[in-house]
Amino acid sequence: MTRLDVRKTHKLYIGGAFPRSESGRTFEALDAKGGFLGNMALASRKDARDAVLAARKAFGGWSTRTPYNRGQVVYRLAEVMEGRRDQFIEQLRAAEGLNDKKATTYVDAAIDRVVWYAGWADKYVQVLGNGNPVSGPFFNLSTPEPTGVVATVAPSGPLLGLVSVIAPAIVTGNTVVVIASEKYPVPAVTLSECMATSDLPGGVVNILTGKAAEIAPWLASHMDVNALDLAGVDDPELAASLEVAAADNLKRVLRAPTAPVDWLAEPTLARLEGLVETKTVWHPIGV
Amino acid sequence: MTGATASLRKTLGGLPGVDQVGLEARAAGLGTRSIKTTAKAWAIDLAISMVDLTTLEGADTPGKVRALANKAMRPDPTDPSCPSAAAVCVYPDMVKIAKDTLGDSGLHVASVATAFPSGRAALDIKLADTRDAVEAGADEIDMVIDRGAFLTGNYELVFDEIVATKEACARPDGSHAHLKVIFETGELQTYDNVRKASWLSMMAGADFIKTSTGKVQPAATLPVTLVMLEAVRDFRAETGRQVGVKPAGGIKTSKDAIKYLVMVNEIVGEDWLDPDWFRFGASSLLNDLLLQRQKIATGHYSGPDYVTLD
Repeated sequence: MTRLDVRKTHKLYIGGAFPRSESGRTFEALDAKGGFLGNMALASRKDARDAVLAARKAFGGWSTRTPYNRGQVVYRLAEVMEGRRDQFIEQLRAAEGLNDKKATTYVDAAIDRVVWYAGWADKYVQVLGNGNPVSGPFFNLSTPEPTGVVATVAPSGPLLGLVSVIAPAIVTGNTVVVIASEKYPVPAVTLSECMATSDLPGGVVNILTGKAAEIAPWLASHMDVNALDLAGVDDPELAASLEVAAADNLKRVLRAPTAPVDWLAEPTLARLEGLVETKTVWHPIGV
Repeated sequence: MTGATASLRKTLGGLPGVDQVGLEARAAGLGTRSIKTTAKAWAIDLAISMVDLTTLEGADTPGKVRALANKAMRPDPTDPSCPSAAAVCVYPDMVKIAKDTLGDSGLHVASVATAFPSGRAALDIKLADTRDAVEAGADEIDMVIDRGAFLTGNYELVFDEIVATKEACARPDGSHAHLKVIFETGELQTYDNVRKASWLSMMAGADFIKTSTGKVQPAATLPVTLVMLEAVRDFRAETGRQVGVKPAGGIKTSKDAIKYLVMVNEIVGEDWLDPDWFRFGASSLLNDLLLQRQKIATGHYSGPDYVTLD
């Protein structure tokens, strides 16, 4: 007997739930040969606004967890992704037309990247923070703290690029609103399902599928967003206008890359460092 | 049974039952209206001017009440075109502080009274509570009905308490504080009861009817408010006296508030689209209205950093 297709509705991921776009709009995700892959929710500015609300709501709880616990939660995400390894490989092959070997390389690298950043959760403070020698009777200490709500335009690399921008933002205690790759949105939806079934609290990561050029300006000018990561913006004019919009409330901006990024390369602490604020404490000491 | 009692029973008994399914569908339908651009800006300003900014916590302090009163006068200090709220709503012992802070701004002080929120006290205590608040300068009294008596069918008792409280609202100069009657619709069980309570209160002399204390869930809902709006509409048609409506509790977003305004416009018309005849009992709603107002003024989304913490 032939079995009917179980067709999937790809939805947004906001506040731990999977809503359709508030606008009711959809767009088609295509495979490497231009064939139909699935209908995706086309996020609107109101979805972006809802996502920022969810991220803000989650920030208090997430940022005050112990770094050790955040590391465990992010590692748990890697565990769940490992369980979906075959699905990710299949989706990368379909979306990008990669061969099996190459797709496997990217998926493994993505899972390993999450583990790598999870490991840094309780270590980056020691590296980025400092006891400062000052000329006076003070114990002077600098320590990195999360920036807040981060709006991210994800790079088009469907999985590795996506986790490479999300993981460093959340291990330091930020919460994020990500606009997934417009070209390859399906793996982002699968990643959101991994997040929903790991121990990541709802709202820590919110994933929107749709057009960055439409949604990003609203996030860039949003007064309750604290940082803007333009990793996936390849149009210099759009990048410039987003930076201008972000200046209104002095958002921290990670600028758009000027040359193609090799996401397979061993990462540095740059992305962790880019989304923290250094707090310096002067404590009087007896001389 | 006295004549008055018989007539009250006859009126309440003669009220038609509420079609629950139809009512809820109507309320939900009105909630889908899309209000945009200039209409939205107008609705937000109107909603701000209708807010009874409320703090009814055991932890209320004079400082908090002063801060709240100042906020009611100038909800958005960065924008002089922002209207002020209608009133501040506090417990009786805070009335004087609120009154002193508001000064001659024209904003009203509303005070809850009559053993709010449960209403479980002897009548003379409830009346003393009311007189205290009026003496301290309250412009409006929010009383609670005795839900226990109402649910056991003792409508006369509820009626008499409202009449007595209304008398206690009188000032020496012959004027009287406006009386709002709170039903606590979350405890009245059925829409039929809400309709009965509305008529009973209006006949007893209520100037305003109010859904809830905000201490019981569910608090104000669209269908309940719709029943009350129909009641004040029909009451005016019958007696010529206009009574105000105040949904309170659970209205947290501008979107919710605009749904209520749409309903007021559709059910009772523009006569009630005025802070004298329709109020929102709310605390967090005002901040959301201000955020929406800022969004319209600046063209980008605002955030909680730009309104007060309260």
